[in-house]
Amino acid sequence: MFGFGLIKGLLITFKNLILPSRLFTVHQYPDRKVGPIELARYHQDWQNTSFIQFVINNPIKTIKSLIGLISIQDRYPQHSRFRGQEFGWYENRCTGCASCAKYCPLGIIKIETSRSGVDLDEGQKYKVDVFDIDMGRCMFCGLCVEACPYDALFMGSGFEESKYFRQELNIDINNLKNNDTKPSNWFRPQLESKNYDPRRNGALEWDQVGRHQKPTDTDQANKWSKR
Amino acid sequence: MNINNFQNIINSLIPGLPTWLVFITSAILISFIVINAVVITGALTVWLERRLLARIQSRLGPNRWGPFGLFTPVADLIKMIGKEDTVPATADKKIFNLAPIVLLVPVLLVFAVIPMSNNSFLGQLNIGILFIVGVTGFNTLAVFMAAWSSRNKYALFGAMRGVAMLLSYEVPMALSIISIVLTTNFLLNIDGSNLSALSLVGIVQAQKIPFFILQPLGALIFVTAASAEMSRAPFDMIESESELGAGYHTEYSGIKFAIFQLTEFLAPVATAAIISVMFAGGIKGLSFIPGSVILVVKIFVIVLIFIWIRATWPRLRVDQIMNFAWKFLLPLSVINIFSQAIILQIFYSSDSIITINELWTIAFINWILAGISIFLLAKLFGHKGRDKNIPIPSKLANMEFTSE
Repeated sequence: MFGFGLIKGLLITFKNLILPSRLFTVHQYPDRKVGPIELARYHQDWQNTSFIQFVINNPIKTIKSLIGLISIQDRYPQHSRFRGQEFGWYENRCTGCASCAKYCPLGIIKIETSRSGVDLDEGQKYKVDVFDIDMGRCMFCGLCVEACPYDALFMGSGFEESKYFRQELNIDINNLKNNDTKPSNWFRPQLESKNYDPRRNGALEWDQVGRHQKPTDTDQANKWSKR
Repeated sequence: MNINNFQNIINSLIPGLPTWLVFITSAILISFIVINAVVITGALTVWLERRLLARIQSRLGPNRWGPFGLFTPVADLIKMIGKEDTVPATADKKIFNLAPIVLLVPVLLVFAVIPMSNNSFLGQLNIGILFIVGVTGFNTLAVFMAAWSSRNKYALFGAMRGVAMLLSYEVPMALSIISIVLTTNFLLNIDGSNLSALSLVGIVQAQKIPFFILQPLGALIFVTAASAEMSRAPFDMIESESELGAGYHTEYSGIKFAIFQLTEFLAPVATAAIISVMFAGGIKGLSFIPGSVILVVKIFVIVLIFIWIRATWPRLRVDQIMNFAWKFLLPLSVINIFSQAIILQIFYSSDSIITINELWTIAFINWILAGISIFLLAKLFGHKGRDKNIPIPSKLANMEFTSE
């Protein structure tokens, strides 16, 4: 009425202008600009100093952070069951059954095997010659991981894997062998029960990720003798 | 800083030059400095506006490039210069290329008459306010040139609305200036100074109390009409980006678009300079601070108010804008002129002098008058006073069958 509504609106925006910055709805990615207090807190993670000590020790860093020149790596927490890129694969666990390739709805996994001469208890193990995954068409459904009977294939947890060329998105067997394998907990309750987090913990070896304990020799002997 | 200082410096450095050469050299030098300072101010205004708008809307705004994102305008400019400068095939190329310049130059020309000290940069112009009214009228032409020559229907829509709006808001703006000139003439005559009432220096000289306190109605009309003249929110009808793409500069790209963008953010600075000279006392203020600093601070505060208004109020409709100009601002400015003339004549004729105490009395009367006249006009022309059109319900729409 007679312009009072306009003034009311102006007051609301003014209130928003002078409120502290904690109301910002935007999370700064991939790094965050910090002031001196937050910077000191970030440094305390690995060295036990108070804020005043931090200022005395690093005066240049403090001034820089006051001007707004310092940014720290800061990520949102990510669930350990996240289905992402960097597939994890263990050669020692894989028998070359190609269940993953059969279950893949897009048919982007290509496996070629040959006889290896290694005999397991149940039968012969194949040598995997080619293991290609075309990540450019992958939709991260995780069906290949669900299909794997020997816990050899795992989802990864990365998500910033953009490349300049489409060919670079193909993962071949050397890539899978040489990478540090940090498997995601997707469809792998044995990892989740150990509280494993691919983004915080290190890489896992092939004998740490199995669903079952490796049977001892006596167990094996009993099993075969009963039969 | 003045042109005389530059002439003295050049004369002492190279004695024996002809007078006209010295004048031209110093004029070019001073305009170079002033134009660069103004353009840099415009670039910083871009940063300030984006940052403050973001803060009001709970965002962060540009914060990557330089401390607090201060170099963002530089990055923007480099990007825009790098872009291809496209001209539509059916465009009128001469006018298309001329339009950004016609829009930019008047905004820069305004700063030629702003008194930063007791004089403006290029000496005192004794028809300064007429010069400003004439020069700022050019933006109507520039907007229409840009829209017509680019052969784009959305650009033309924007320009047609814009020209109607700019022309109608020029009337109350000029009328509010007349009341200022009237008051200045009274006060200067009493002082016995030989300054012209039309010059900005004279207007600053006459402000024993700032004119926005003495004439609240005139200040309100001028600020409203000026924000419509530079087509900012809530009057950004020309380039209403949610309706018309980008309005009159839809077809522009590259450096020409950069000039449009710069002008859009320079206009509040220029308008703030005019308002601070005409209504907020210009260089007058605290005596121990230099006048130019006071003027810059006043300009800054008024620019902040413009940004605040832009962040708050939504855009008006076309008919609302025209109604507001012709039904509200025009009667208000007529009331303003007549009331100022009558009140000043009454106070002047009693003892042929207007003291500062009498000025405060006049200010008090004017504030009451402003309240009453706004109230009455809102009653007369406001939407509550109008008859509402009650829609007649259609029989078909109800879908009810009545058996006879």
